[in-house]
Amino acid sequence: MSALTREETEALIQEVLEVYPEKARKDREKHLAVNDQSIEQSKKCITSNRKSLPGVMTVRGCAYAGSKGVVWGPIKDMIHISHGPVGCGQYSRAGRRNYYVGTTGINTFGTMNFTSDFQEKDIVFGGDKKLAKLITEIELLFPLNKGISVQSECPIGLIGDDIEAVSKKAAKEIDKPVVPVRCEGFRGVSQSLGHHIANDAIRDWVLPRRDTQEFAGTPYDVAVIGDYNIGGDAWSSRILLEEMGLRVIAQWSGDGTIAEMEMTPNAKLNLIHCYRSMNYIARHMEEKYSIPWMEYNFFGPTKVAESLRAIAAHFDDKIKEGAERVIAKYQAMMDEIIAKYKPRLQGKRVMLYVGGLRPRHVIGAYEDLGMEVVGTGYEFGHNDDYDRTIKDMGNATLIYDDVTGFEFEEFVKRVKPDLIGSGIKEKYIFQKMGVPFRQMHSWDYSGPYHGYDGFAIFARDMDMTINNPCWGKMIAPWLKPAEAETLKAAA
Amino acid sequence: MQQVDNIKPCYPLFRDDDYKESLGNKKEQFEESHPADKIQETFIWTTTAEYRDLNFKREALTVNPAKACQPLGAVLCALGFEKTLPYVHGSQGCVAYFRTYFNRHFKEPISCVSDSMTEDAAVFGGQKNMIDGLENARALYKPDMIAVSTTCMAEVIGDDLNAFILNTKKAGNIPNEFPTPYAHTPSFVGSHVTGWDNMFEGVMRYFTLNTMEGKAPGQNGKINIVPGFETYLGNYRVMHRMLDEMGVAHTMLSDPTEVLDTPADGQFRMYAGGTTQDEVKDAPNATNTFLLQPLQLDKTRKYVEGTWHHEVPKLNIPMGLEWTDEWLMKVSEVTGKAIPASLVKERGRLVDMITDSHTWLHGKKFGLYGDPDFVMGMAKFLTELGAEPTHILCNNGSKKWNKAMRAVMDETPYGKDAKLYPGADLWHFRSLMFTEKPDFMIGNSYGKFIQRDTLHKGPEFEVPLIRIGFPIFDRHHLHRATTLGYEGAMQMLTTLVNAVLEKLDEDTRGMGTTDYNYDLVR
Repeated sequence: MSALTREETEALIQEVLEVYPEKARKDREKHLAVNDQSIEQSKKCITSNRKSLPGVMTVRGCAYAGSKGVVWGPIKDMIHISHGPVGCGQYSRAGRRNYYVGTTGINTFGTMNFTSDFQEKDIVFGGDKKLAKLITEIELLFPLNKGISVQSECPIGLIGDDIEAVSKKAAKEIDKPVVPVRCEGFRGVSQSLGHHIANDAIRDWVLPRRDTQEFAGTPYDVAVIGDYNIGGDAWSSRILLEEMGLRVIAQWSGDGTIAEMEMTPNAKLNLIHCYRSMNYIARHMEEKYSIPWMEYNFFGPTKVAESLRAIAAHFDDKIKEGAERVIAKYQAMMDEIIAKYKPRLQGKRVMLYVGGLRPRHVIGAYEDLGMEVVGTGYEFGHNDDYDRTIKDMGNATLIYDDVTGFEFEEFVKRVKPDLIGSGIKEKYIFQKMGVPFRQMHSWDYSGPYHGYDGFAIFARDMDMTINNPCWGKMIAPWLKPAEAETLKAAA
Repeated sequence: MQQVDNIKPCYPLFRDDDYKESLGNKKEQFEESHPADKIQETFIWTTTAEYRDLNFKREALTVNPAKACQPLGAVLCALGFEKTLPYVHGSQGCVAYFRTYFNRHFKEPISCVSDSMTEDAAVFGGQKNMIDGLENARALYKPDMIAVSTTCMAEVIGDDLNAFILNTKKAGNIPNEFPTPYAHTPSFVGSHVTGWDNMFEGVMRYFTLNTMEGKAPGQNGKINIVPGFETYLGNYRVMHRMLDEMGVAHTMLSDPTEVLDTPADGQFRMYAGGTTQDEVKDAPNATNTFLLQPLQLDKTRKYVEGTWHHEVPKLNIPMGLEWTDEWLMKVSEVTGKAIPASLVKERGRLVDMITDSHTWLHGKKFGLYGDPDFVMGMAKFLTELGAEPTHILCNNGSKKWNKAMRAVMDETPYGKDAKLYPGADLWHFRSLMFTEKPDFMIGNSYGKFIQRDTLHKGPEFEVPLIRIGFPIFDRHHLHRATTLGYEGAMQMLTTLVNAVLEKLDEDTRGMGTTDYNYDLVR
C-alpha cells in the first residue's frame, strides 16, 4: 500500500476522533499530528506530557514505575524497597531485563522484590515504624548491600508518613546510604515525573557523598547515563567507547552500582542515551560540577558512527583516531549484515509506539535496513522529545502522543504497516490482526540492540519476525477471502 | 564481534572474551565490589540453618512474595463476563501493571481501563475522573457492562464507588440502566484471590440483590459453578465437559476462556464469550452453587447463601482423584443425574496412569507454594500418589487455611510430616530448600531463582522447579493446561513423573560413571 498523503492522514485523524465524546475529542485532537518537517517547534503541532484522559486505555504507567522500575531498580548492589502494598513490587519484579552481573541475594539484588507489604493497620497507624524495622532486618539478612532506597507507593504520600526522617536515622544506624524517594504513583501524569523525582533523589542523596574525595581520574573519563542495559545494551555500548580509548567510569543505571553513581561527578563528559529519563541529572552535573553532556544514539551503524565521531570531538586526536579505528573495524561486519538483511526488508513500513528515546532513536536503524518509519509516538514524552523527532520522520507521517488503545488499532487498520514496534500490552492485539510485531521495550526477550554487535541482532530479529511464515496462515485455506470477510462481519 | 552467519544474542554473546574482559574491568575498577571470597562465604551462610532461623524471625520485611494485590483478581473476574470492560478507579500505573502481568502469563491481549487519578484527585477525590472515565470507556470500547474496582489510592482517600457511579448516571454521562457493578478492592487487604471474590460478589449483588422476587433455588434446573481466581483455561473447559457428559445444565459464573484464547485470524476481538447478564440474573434460580476454590471465596459464599438461599456444598477443590470423586458425587446428589460411564472410564484411566507411574513418585518429596486452594489440592494429589509434600507455603494463606490444610495432611501417612507456612514468602522458602531439601519444588516461575541458588551451592543441592501455578512467564502455553478433574490429574501426573525421569536421566548420563542406570526403559 502506498503512503498516505498529508490530506489523507489528516482525514484519518479526524475520522478516528469521531467516536469520542466532545470533551475528550477536543483533548485528544491536540495529541495527534501529521508530521511537517518544516516546523521548528513541536509545540505548534502537538501537545504532550498532559494528563491521560480517564477511561481511554492509555498504556502509561506511574511515577513509581519511572523511579523504581526504570531509574533506581537496576542499581544492582542496593536494595530497593517497594514501600506500600504488595502489588507494585510484584508486578515490576524482574520484568524489564536490566541485565547485571553478581550473586543475586548476596551482593546484588536486581531481580528480587523487597516490600513492606502494607496491611490495613499500616495504612491506619502509618508505616514509619515498619519501615525502620525492616531496614534493620535487611541489614541483618543482606549484610553486603551497599545501600537502600525507599520507593514510595501511592499510600505513603496520602497517609502522611515521614520516610525522610526514617531514612536519615536508618542511614546513620547502618552507616550506608538510605534514600527516600517520593515516587507515589499518583504524582504526575506518567512514568516521566518518576524519572525526574528519581533523578532529584540521586542529586540530593547520592552525588554529594564523594564531593570531597580524591579520584584518580584520566582525561578520557566518561559516564554512560540513561542506558538500562536491557538485554545487555550498555555492555555492547561501553565496549565501543573503551575500544576508542575512553574510560567508562560509571554506567547508569543498568548493571550500575552506587560507587559508580557517586564517582560520576569526576567524568569529563556525560553521555546521555535516554534523554527523557536522565536529562535532569546531566543538567545538574553540568551546573554543579561543570561536566558537559551530550546525547548520543547507538542504534544502527549510521547513528553509531555519527555518535562515535561526535563523542570523539570532545576529546583529543588520540580519541578521534580511536573512533575512526572502531568504525573501520566494524565496517565489514556491518556491510555483511546489511547485504544479508536489507534485500529482505527493503521498503517495509514500520509503526512505532514506545517510551523514552526509542520512538526517534531507532528510526536510523530501520533506515539502515531500507525500512521506513511511517508513524511514531511517545508514551510519556515531552515537547523536547517531539522537537527531536520531527526532523527524523518523513513528511506527512503520523505522530501520536499517549495514544489510546482505540486510536492505535484504528491507525494500524488504515496505515497497514509491515511491522509494529511497541510494548507487550499492544503485542497480542496486533499479532492477532496479522501484523508482525516486535516488543521494543524488552527487545522481545532478545537483544542487545545497541552498538554494532547489537545491530546485527536487531537486523536478525526484524527479519525473523517480518518474514516468518506464520503471518500467511491466518485464514484457513478453505475459507476464500470473500467468505472470510463474511465470517469476520458475523463474529 | 558478531559474524553474519552466526549472530549471537545476549547469551552467548557476552561470554565472548572481549566482553568478559570489559565486564571484568568494570567490576575491578569501578564497582567497589566485595571480595569474591566474602561473597561466597556470605552465600554459604544464607544456606545454613542459622540463617533460616534468622530469616524466619523477620516481622516487617517481605522478600519475594508469592502473592499479588486485590484489583488484579478483580480484573480477571470481570474479564469472565460477556462484553465486560474491567475498569479500575484510581492510579493508571496499576492498570498498566495488571495488563502486563496477564499479557505475560496468557500471551493474550488484556483490555482494561483506569480513570487515571492524579494529585488533584488525591485532594478532591476521584469523582470527576469517574464521570469522564465511564463516559469515555463506554464510547470508545462499547462494552455491555463496566465492572469497577479500585486501587489503593482511591481506597486510602476513601472514594465512594456507589455514590460516584450513581452521580455519573445522574449527570447523564452514561445511561441509568447501563450495568456498572463495582467492588472495593484495597490492595492492603488480602491478595489477588480476595479481589476476585470481591468483584464477583459485586457483580452478583448488582444483578440479583434487588431482583430476588420470584426467584428461588431449583427453578431453572441448573447448577452454578464459581471458579474463583483461576488461570488454567483447561480448568474451565474440563468443568464444562464433565458436566455436559453428566447431562447437568450449568452456568459457569465468570468464564474468560474465550476472551483469553482468541484465534489469530486477522481480527482482534476485545470481547469474546463470557457469562451473559441473563445467566447472572438467573443464577439464584439454580439448584445450587459450587465453589471450585472454596477457601478463596468467603464473601461469595456468604452472598450466595444469604441472598440466593443456596446451601453451598462443603467440598474441596476438585483436584486429584478423591476430591474429583467427591465433587462428582455431590453434583450427582444435588442434580439427581448419574455419573456417566464416560467419566467412570476417565477415572479408570487416571488410576491406570497412577498404577503405571507410582514407582517413580512414591516417597518423592515435594516443596510447594501458591494460592490457598491450589496448594491444598496439589498437596492432596501428591499424597494420593504416595509422594510426600514436605513444605507447603501459602503467602496469602490464613489461619483458616492452616487448619484445613493440617487436617487434610494429618489424614494420610504421606502428609503427616508436611510443614505448613501460611504468610511466608519465597525468601523463607529458599531457606527451606537449602536446609530441608526436597526432591522437587512445585510453583510459579519465581521459583526458578531458587533453583538457580540451590544449584550454585553444588549440583547435589539443586532443587528442580516444576512449573504449576500462577504466574508462569518463562514457559509457553502452560496456562492452557488443566489441573482440575481427572483430566487435570492426568496432566499433572504426566508433568510430575516426567520431571522425575528427566532428573534421573540428568543424574545418570555420565559416560562410564553413572550411565549404567541411564536406562532406555523406565
